[in-house]
Amino acid sequence: MPDLLLELFSEEIPARMQAKAADDLRRMVTDRLVAEGLVYEGAKAFATPRRLALTVHGIPARQSDLKEERRGPRVGGPDAAVQGFLKATGLARIEDAKIQTDPKKGDFYIALIEKPGRATIDVLAEILPVIIRTFPWPKSMRWGGRSAKSGSLSWVRPLHSIIATFGLETEEPDVVKFAVDGIEAGQTTVGHRFMAPAAISVRRFEDYEAKLKAAKVVLDPQARKDTILADAKQLAFVQGFELVEDQVLLDEVAGLVEWPVALMGSFDEEFLSIPDEVIRATIRNNQKCFVVRDPKTGKLANKFILTANIEAADGGKTIVAGNQRVIRARLSDAKFFYETDLKTKLEDRLKKFDQIVFHEKLGTQAARIKRIERLAAEIAPLIGADVAKAKRAAHLAKADLLTEVVGEFPELQGLMGKYYAQAQGEDASVAAASEEHYKPQGPTDRVPIDPVSVAVALADKIDTLVGFWAIDEKPTGSKDPYALRRAALGVIRLIVDSTLRLSILNVATSAMVGLPEKGDAQKLPADLLSFFADRLKVQLRDQGARHDLVDAVFSLGGQDDLLLVVRRVEALGKFLDTDDGKNLLAGTKRASNILSIEEKKDKRTFDGAPDAGLYTLPEEKALAKAIDQVKSEAGAAVQKEDFAAAMSAMAKLRPAVDAFFDKVKVNDDEPKVRENRLKLLNEIRAATRAVADYSKIEG
Amino acid sequence: MDALPAHMRPERSFQGFILALQRFWAEQGCVILQPYDMEMGAGTFHPATTLRALGPKRWNAAYVQPSRRPKDGRYGENPNRLQHYYQFQVIMKPSPPNLQDLYLKSLAAIGIDSSVHDIRFVEDDWESPTLGAWGLGWECWCDGMEVSQFTYFQQVAGVECAPVSGELTYGLERLAMYVQGVDRVYDLNFNGRDGADKVTYGDVFLQAEQEYSRHNFEHADTAMLFEQFRMAEDACKKYLAVGWKEGGNQKEHLMALPAYDQCIKASHVFNLLDARGVISVTERQSYIMRVRELAKACGEAWVHTEAGRAV
Repeated sequence: MPDLLLELFSEEIPARMQAKAADDLRRMVTDRLVAEGLVYEGAKAFATPRRLALTVHGIPARQSDLKEERRGPRVGGPDAAVQGFLKATGLARIEDAKIQTDPKKGDFYIALIEKPGRATIDVLAEILPVIIRTFPWPKSMRWGGRSAKSGSLSWVRPLHSIIATFGLETEEPDVVKFAVDGIEAGQTTVGHRFMAPAAISVRRFEDYEAKLKAAKVVLDPQARKDTILADAKQLAFVQGFELVEDQVLLDEVAGLVEWPVALMGSFDEEFLSIPDEVIRATIRNNQKCFVVRDPKTGKLANKFILTANIEAADGGKTIVAGNQRVIRARLSDAKFFYETDLKTKLEDRLKKFDQIVFHEKLGTQAARIKRIERLAAEIAPLIGADVAKAKRAAHLAKADLLTEVVGEFPELQGLMGKYYAQAQGEDASVAAASEEHYKPQGPTDRVPIDPVSVAVALADKIDTLVGFWAIDEKPTGSKDPYALRRAALGVIRLIVDSTLRLSILNVATSAMVGLPEKGDAQKLPADLLSFFADRLKVQLRDQGARHDLVDAVFSLGGQDDLLLVVRRVEALGKFLDTDDGKNLLAGTKRASNILSIEEKKDKRTFDGAPDAGLYTLPEEKALAKAIDQVKSEAGAAVQKEDFAAAMSAMAKLRPAVDAFFDKVKVNDDEPKVRENRLKLLNEIRAATRAVADYSKIEG
Repeated sequence: MDALPAHMRPERSFQGFILALQRFWAEQGCVILQPYDMEMGAGTFHPATTLRALGPKRWNAAYVQPSRRPKDGRYGENPNRLQHYYQFQVIMKPSPPNLQDLYLKSLAAIGIDSSVHDIRFVEDDWESPTLGAWGLGWECWCDGMEVSQFTYFQQVAGVECAPVSGELTYGLERLAMYVQGVDRVYDLNFNGRDGADKVTYGDVFLQAEQEYSRHNFEHADTAMLFEQFRMAEDACKKYLAVGWKEGGNQKEHLMALPAYDQCIKASHVFNLLDARGVISVTERQSYIMRVRELAKACGEAWVHTEAGRAV
């Protein structure tokens, strides 16, 4: 079956858009083909800085013929209806239609329409221009003389030529005849901009890819990445270094070249006095070059690897020299920034925060820092952090936002703060907190351990959460512009990892002090707590744990200590994995079910202590005894926060509950006995509530 | 190029470098203009770009524009930052299909051979909030250095470009430093001569950089500047208001250019105030908006003038 080759050749496509564009092209063309009844065998799309290319192979040469019966008007119906029917079906005369007899409604005309399938190449000529005109570039533009008129083509950058061929492997393919905004599809392209700019005539994908390669264009982005990575590693290796791998950068540089040539350059060793991260950010962000490290020390070496788009006549000497000059200038800027930063103490920068608005409704950064300081000092004793250090750390943690280096490279916030704090002789924990208090940034990010960092990290995140809650800027659906979900998850992980006992309700109430707007101060802490409950569920679900247990615990009420909630959930989960746990759950659910039916029937509840005098069967007595025992044991264990022990105590309830349901008829004929037994059932429910609300547990 | 005397070769002298670019673009049919006689932040502000980019008439021009960025002053101490530098600006309307090739040829004309250099077009979408303008294009890299901006204007002064112009901006000092192989802008050979006859960029501009840095950061009279901003803004609005011609079927404007001068003025005064640090973060936005409103009104007037409207 024949294949399609499509190439859209333009001026340089932004690197960040290429992968998605290739994907969109493949999807749009194949979707349209399938919609036209043309099922293909395979498709693959590629992008380079100057071209999008697509090959679809194994497309039928023609659509299949379609036969369709269309029902028309009643025989003898109004002439207008008959005429309309003829027009719609393309029949010449009404005599060409069949007549179908319907016993109820009479006779109708039926037209047999045979729609012969079209040649695929004609279908392509119709769908390709539409796809090109409606292509979903994130940003597109008009250009040239045609842009004077409305309706001119929009493309990511000026589109110059189109290849569209269709045909069998064994034959000379046909050009799909169409034009978009004056650009006629053909079978000609050009090679590398500088090394092979001449026109190339191609027939089908195989020779297209091969001829491009001969013309110094590697079509497949993955092949370009592989080349760059392998060559860069090799260049580093032969000098005794190792490449600092960087996938994001690799993706980007592969989108900036059609013919990658990795070259190594160096810079003055004096620049190694700048922190490695600053060197890397300078070289990576501004120059899109890789850095290399010395495998023995793990420190950066004074080398970099660039990816040129050309095999230069002089072997790359000029290119390396040019890049070295630029990198030298960039690094000397960075060094200047770094050294300038070191001249000002972090605390001396803080005045400026009076002028910087954090959020229009939440006041200045200065006010926010004060709140974080106070909160950090409050949290510190709970985790054994030195209060003075925690305050100091919170005081300085944001100061690096005003430094030159962070202004230049925002991704280095925190890290630079640490370096500058160390340089001005701050305590190691205080310095570390500048970097660590931003952590954890996501579910896989490291959680700080140093109590000072933990205190500031919690204070920072809780202030953010409470603040945005107070001004009612909560996350909705997919919108979470202030990353509040991440902050809440961070709080949970910090609390759990540092086994911190913290009342969320209390800390939230305390965090509201000093907020310029407090929102609904009554509701806020509880509202925020339920947000934490949701995040906890999501986190457990992501870990494959049972998130319904979170509800079972929160449903008890008064649970605002996340560490205890997590522990209780863990213990409960383990218990429910045992036979005792499963059976006790079943028994408790059964008790609940019976109770709710009877409660409905009698329109009353059955709380209150059962009357021991009314027990008639040994199983009742045994159950009552077990409940008493379990209640006090589990209660005592919960008091001691020993949830495993509480669960073991619970396990003792199981045989009694099982025996009770086995032998005792709850709805006894004697109303007093019935009532007493229902009260006993209620006691089961009450006893299990020492650890969780079993009714919220699934299964 | 071989016919040129040595001191005029673009890799020897800054002035030869400029002349080579002018000559190249003159050969492409551009009118070679002289710098606009007002202070401005970039060559794009020149009415030959901002206003001429609007309307359907063909327009091809190239010129050097001294560009003033008061905040970029470094008292002459930074090797490549200047509060006054030269941009070389090319505008072609409509953008010709081979504009990228022309650009590469212009690099060859100033001594950048694309067989040994790594020349790249790296995404850079251009936007000027003060001019109400945006376009798509690239920064052009030569061996890792940004040497030009290449933009297809989509909108200028709030008006859709129809047709679209192609705009090229060369940072002359930076390019010349590269071609001459010097690391400090003040070491550029300005006149291509040697020995006692040699004049450097520093000879011409170092003192000015020092003096203007003092002016821009420390002494520029802010009370006067605030007043000048207000006056320029008022004058611009006044000229725009009185410029509309009464009567006739077609709406016509008769004073778009003088009005636009006041917009340029306001923009530069704002830049000076900004450098003096007397404009707060929130005020900053509102000043930019005010200049943009002027620019947009000038654009609207321009498309109702002889040069700006449909034939």
